[in-house]
Amino acid sequence: MFGLGLLKGLGVTMRHFIESYLYDRKPWEPRYSPEWLARHQAIEGKGLFTIQYPEQRRQVSENLRFLPMLIYDETPDRPRCTACGICARVCPPQCIWIQRATDDKGRPVARPAGFWIDTTICMNCGSCAEYCPFDAIKMNQVHEIATPDRDRDLFYDMKKLLVPAEYYARLHPGDYQAEEAERRAKEAARQQVKGATR
Amino acid sequence: MAMNLEKIRDELNQAVPGAVVDRDGNWLVLDAARLQETAVHLRDGMGYDFLTHLSAADYPDRFEVVYNLYSTRPDLQGPGIPFKVRIPDKADPHLPSLTSVWKSANWQEREVWDMFGIRFDGHPNLKRILLWEGFDGHPLRKDWHEPYYEEEHKPYSSRWPNPPNPRPRSAEERVRWRANLRYPPDFDPANWEPLPEVDFVPGDKIQVNGLETDRILLNVGPQHPSTHGVFRMILGLQGETVTSLYPVLGHLHRNHEKIGERNLWTGNVPYTDRLDYICPMYNNFGYVVAVERMMGQEVPERAEYLRIIMGELTRVINHLLCIGFQFNELGAMFTPMLYAFAEREHVLDLFEEASGARMMVNYYRIGGVARDVSDEWLKRCRKVVDRLERKIDEFDTLLTDNEIFISRARGVGAMSWQEMVNYGVSGPLLRSAGLQYDIRKVEPYSIYDTFDFEVPTHQTGDIYDRYLQRLAEARESIKILKQALDRIPARGAIQAGKKPWNPKVPAGELYSRVEHPKGEYGFYLVSDGGTNPYRYHIRSSCFINLGALEAMSVGHLLADAIVILGSIDITLGEVDR
Repeated sequence: MFGLGLLKGLGVTMRHFIESYLYDRKPWEPRYSPEWLARHQAIEGKGLFTIQYPEQRRQVSENLRFLPMLIYDETPDRPRCTACGICARVCPPQCIWIQRATDDKGRPVARPAGFWIDTTICMNCGSCAEYCPFDAIKMNQVHEIATPDRDRDLFYDMKKLLVPAEYYARLHPGDYQAEEAERRAKEAARQQVKGATR
Repeated sequence: MAMNLEKIRDELNQAVPGAVVDRDGNWLVLDAARLQETAVHLRDGMGYDFLTHLSAADYPDRFEVVYNLYSTRPDLQGPGIPFKVRIPDKADPHLPSLTSVWKSANWQEREVWDMFGIRFDGHPNLKRILLWEGFDGHPLRKDWHEPYYEEEHKPYSSRWPNPPNPRPRSAEERVRWRANLRYPPDFDPANWEPLPEVDFVPGDKIQVNGLETDRILLNVGPQHPSTHGVFRMILGLQGETVTSLYPVLGHLHRNHEKIGERNLWTGNVPYTDRLDYICPMYNNFGYVVAVERMMGQEVPERAEYLRIIMGELTRVINHLLCIGFQFNELGAMFTPMLYAFAEREHVLDLFEEASGARMMVNYYRIGGVARDVSDEWLKRCRKVVDRLERKIDEFDTLLTDNEIFISRARGVGAMSWQEMVNYGVSGPLLRSAGLQYDIRKVEPYSIYDTFDFEVPTHQTGDIYDRYLQRLAEARESIKILKQALDRIPARGAIQAGKKPWNPKVPAGELYSRVEHPKGEYGFYLVSDGGTNPYRYHIRSSCFINLGALEAMSVGHLLADAIVILGSIDITLGEVDR
């Protein structure tokens, strides 16, 4: 019958419309509450797919990466970075600048004197963090960085880039624990070798 | 392969004496003077009718124009004939055009002219295609440098600033406004008038249904919501019927290929994300497969499975999204599109957890993938796949029998597969016209040959068939996904050996292609043995499919031309590169 296909399709949209109000509705729960949205937006869920940004925000994955950050363990003047420069070389848009520190006699030491990232050209690829052999550069998740002055605010220097290791551990718990476990294993192996040679 | 090439060489030399002058690795070197004759013989005499890729490379002593020719004959599908022509005259390089033999050569020859300045004698419309006439020089020549040129290759040494003035300069400071603008010597921007490229006479009176009217010229785009990005068409109209269509490209051009030549081999992976930004995973896939073929690199099994899972998820969402956009253009504003977007969210959530980003994933690596996924991820993926399967059925109920859609789509934009092959059209479009040609089957890469799936086809190649084709292919992808999720090894390496940040690729050149959701996606790579590509070219499926737009649209109504554009499924990030 002519028009049946149309009606079938309209049936689908009608079901979507009703589900966006009534799917898994608990009478005491307000619409758009976080729990209500979580049920709607689960893989098995139906109904409403939008959130009320910026009042509400998506739960992002712990693996999400945005801009790079530099890690320090104890104090900001002793970052993990050794200024080896692999991140600056591997960076596809070449947005990293590193200046190596020198000691009193002018010899280079394994520490950066300056570290800049031009976030206006950073492409958020995460290569710097991936190839860093010292786990010194990691990806931050702060992504709401809009600003009226890009020269002033989007050209990150060391002060802006340095974060404590605890911050990294909170942001990427899975990666952090895996790295710590690996480090402990390596340390244990080294101790064993030391013990054996002694 | 090598044996086969010898045979082809002998056969060609017999038919056209002196056709093949040399052999260069896996490439035949043809004589430029006999090129057209040889091409006709290849097409008509030997059955190699599908010229998919045409590009060029600039060497110190010569230009080389390379061609990749395949066959659609069932017994000859598979590896094709790669051949090239050398042009030693660098001052005035020119070559006979193959546009009369394959229409797919038309736009690709224009691109070579644009980028390398090689003239094609006998080309019907040899004009710049991605750049405008006021552009100075041919940017892919090795001696061409952009105004803010730093060095031949990355990494740039300016990344280690000297102590006296340690503050590095921001991108803004390095590229001053207007300092990057340069005109050719004989070009005057004040007097430049972009002429319409369609045959149009002002005041040209015509009769339509007994009414006297003007022929009109209509500009669509570049910022029209239904042009899929910044794309412009100049339409010649007779009443409401399209009599000519001239696409204007290049609004998103960023010279991706020159950037690619500067980058390290690893650094190109995130750049490929930005090509077809609907399917970044598959762009990565095409690139790493090409580089691995050059290096002879093996990939661990688990990584292969992860690649296939990501790739096929991409294919499903690309097809759903394409259908959604298609209905936007038909006037079913946003309902099907937002249903498609809702499903895409689930897939993007999976990508976000696996790779760290939703769209610009940068996930594939030379010899593996970037991160492993957890068992919990695989379970979630399974649920998403089941959900997508249900949703494909829902799309089927929602749209397939819709009478308005059928009356708008049946017979619109139809093209025979023979003609599509001549235009170089590939992917779902070609299969919707009836030719069973899928690179996953005819020239398998990765581990596609271990999966059980069909290559669906339809008959007419009109918009309705293209829609059905995309649904059918999404269903096949679900089949592949289910098998992959069942068989993926529980543990295992995801990267072959150590992952160096600056791998060296052995010297050589190759053209490698994969079945991207939008069609044949090829990479033409030349290595000189270093850490950067010498030449890096993308055979973009969108760009070449778009070449058939005019032939598909002429004779249809204006409103249909918009829908035909949508059904080709283009992403301007890839068309313009």
